[in-house]
Order: sequence, then C-alpha cells, then structure tokens
Amino acid sequence: MPHIVRIASPALQRMSRRRVNTWLGAAALGGLLPGCDQPLSKPPAAAFKGIDITGAPYGRGFALTDFNGQSRTLADYSGRVVMLYFGFVQCPDVCPTALTRAAAVKQQLGADAAQLQVIFVTVDPERDTPELLRDYMAAFDPSFMALTGSPEQIKAVADEFRVYYKKVPTGSTYTMDHTALSYLFDREGHIRVVLRHEQTADDYTADIRQLLAEKPV
Amino acid sequence: MKKLLIASLLAVTAGAWAQTTVKVEDAWVRGTVATQKASGAFMRLTPSANARLVAVESPVAGVVEIHEMAMENDVMKMRQIPGLDLAAGRTTELKPGGFHVMLMDLKQPLKGGESVPLTLVFEDATKQRFTQEVKAPVTALGGGNAPMPMKPGADMKPGMEHKH
Repeated sequence: MPHIVRIASPALQRMSRRRVNTWLGAAALGGLLPGCDQPLSKPPAAAFKGIDITGAPYGRGFALTDFNGQSRTLADYSGRVVMLYFGFVQCPDVCPTALTRAAAVKQQLGADAAQLQVIFVTVDPERDTPELLRDYMAAFDPSFMALTGSPEQIKAVADEFRVYYKKVPTGSTYTMDHTALSYLFDREGHIRVVLRHEQTADDYTADIRQLLAEKPV
Repeated sequence: MKKLLIASLLAVTAGAWAQTTVKVEDAWVRGTVATQKASGAFMRLTPSANARLVAVESPVAGVVEIHEMAMENDVMKMRQIPGLDLAAGRTTELKPGGFHVMLMDLKQPLKGGESVPLTLVFEDATKQRFTQEVKAPVTALGGGNAPMPMKPGADMKPGMEHKH
C-alpha cells in the first residue's frame, strides 16, 4: 500500500549521489570560501556514529542571511561545533523532529551546550520569512539560528552540500521534498560528519562531544 | 422462506456496517508559530472491522489531507494518499516518520494546551461512510514529538481494548 518505496540507503549509495549542477554551485561558492582546499591531516579518532566525511570536497561553507538580516558565513561560528540542517517551516514531520532532537542534544551537552551552534537553512525562502524563521527557531531553542537567502543563493548552498530539494504541489499549496541529513563542522569550520534522520539524539551528542574534545591543530 | 433468508442476510450486512467503529487514541496536533500555515496531526486508529480512513476535516484548516512521509536515499518525501486501509482489530499508527494528517491553510496559530476538532471520515467494508469526531490536544511546537501525557485510561472504552 505505501506508494513510496523505502530504500535502505548504504553509505556508498549516498556518497555517490551526485547532481550535474553540484559543481556549478561549488564553483559559484568557491570564491567566497578561501582556504578550504587543504586536506585535513588529522589522524582518525574513534569512529563517529554518523558518517565520517572528513576531507570531503563539498559542504565547505555558505554565504546566506540570518533571520535578523545579517550576512552569515561559516567563519562567523568559528570556535564552535556547527550542526547544519536543511528544511522548511511548513513541514509537519521531519523538520520539527530534527529540531526537537537538536534541542535534546543541547540538553545532553549540559555545560558544553554553548559550544554547539545549530543552524537551520530554509529550502523554502518564498514562504519562510525571516520573522517566521525567528519565531520557529525560538520555539525550539533561543540559540538556534536560521538562514535564508534568494532562491539562487539557497540553490548554491544546497548544491554545495549536495542537498536535494524540490517543490511538490499538494492541494492548493505545495510541500517540499528535501534531504534530511545533518552536517557537523568542527571548531575550525571543516565539515566532518553526516548524520541521518533515523539516528538518535544520543548518536548526535556522541559525535558532537567527540568533535568538541578535539584539540586545535 | 427464501425471501426471509435474503432479508436476514441483508439485516446481517446492514448490522455489520452500522456497527463498525474505530477507536482513536493518543491524537495530537503539533503546535505552530504565528504565521505558520501548516502542521500535522497524529493518532492511533483501531477499527472493529476492516475500514479505510478516506478524509479528515477540521475547522482550523482550509485543506486537510492524509499524507505519508518516507525517506528515500535520505531525502524526505511527503505525499498525499487517497486513503489509509485499517485492518480489523489492528492498530495503525499515524506518527512522525510515517503517516500523518496534514493540516494546511491554517486559519490560526495552534497553541499548546488548546485542542483541535477533527472529523475523521471512514469507509467500512461495504463502502458506507461514517464519521468520528476527535478533539486532538495541541503539543506546543518544541514541546516534544509526542502527545502530551494522557490521564491513565482516559481514552479506553470498556470492551474496546485493541487486539494485536
């Protein structure tokens, strides 16, 4: 009866998922992201619960606008571990589930909670106004940040992260299909780990703690 | 005699659909913030006989649809489905990560502690429609991913405990 086939997606399949325009977006962003080309030379630490993508040639950063109208890049959050998620507000299920989990992760981090910055990037900039994004984040945690931009800017960042999103008409309106992965950056702004939606708050917290425990190079 | 037999068969059939009921448990709606126009309702449904949820109506929303969410290669996809088949005595869950009632074109924000009237429209095995009214409490946005804790036994009716 379910008309959407559930496919277990092995890491390989995910890592090989590519879109033609990924490189266009990457190229567009490349100029904005200096110093991201050198590969990481850290020895591998204990295994992450998520997928270790240390050194990945994508997900190097973003240039967007926060819900207060301020321009933001990844460098603004340097020194903290960043957890980045793409979603939209008119979303009844995965986005609030992901943000509820992110709030639980902050609780679990206790005294280290301020060392984590949760960032939500809207894939629905038409409907997700800055005001709506601010109210929505505040409902989960006052520290959560949401970023938006022009449709072209959102597209460029999604491409840089190999994030898929698509408008799907339903009723008199539309919903969004979108990649529901969470991306972790270390304190130096390097992309390190991808976590899946099915993973628990405990998994997320463990990986964030591991990144927080790393000594600066 | 033959006529009597047909008449009693009809009576039995009629009796069967008239008696189909669906137990609705732990219904909840996710709260919204000021200008948010969509949210989801979740619940557990256990019919006394095979039935199908075919529609949901609510005065708080301009459009209400039955949706299925699925993850496909880590992409979340959400689609309207024409109905949800419910097997006799089996509990079907509408919950995050699966099915939900999609409330769209919301006419007002949904605040924690309020409740949302929902009219569930079912079809029984003979395609006869029947409805059931539910008052689904709102769990504040950010207040968790489940219904507010219920009073023990609040939704249990005698003789209607669900079977697995």
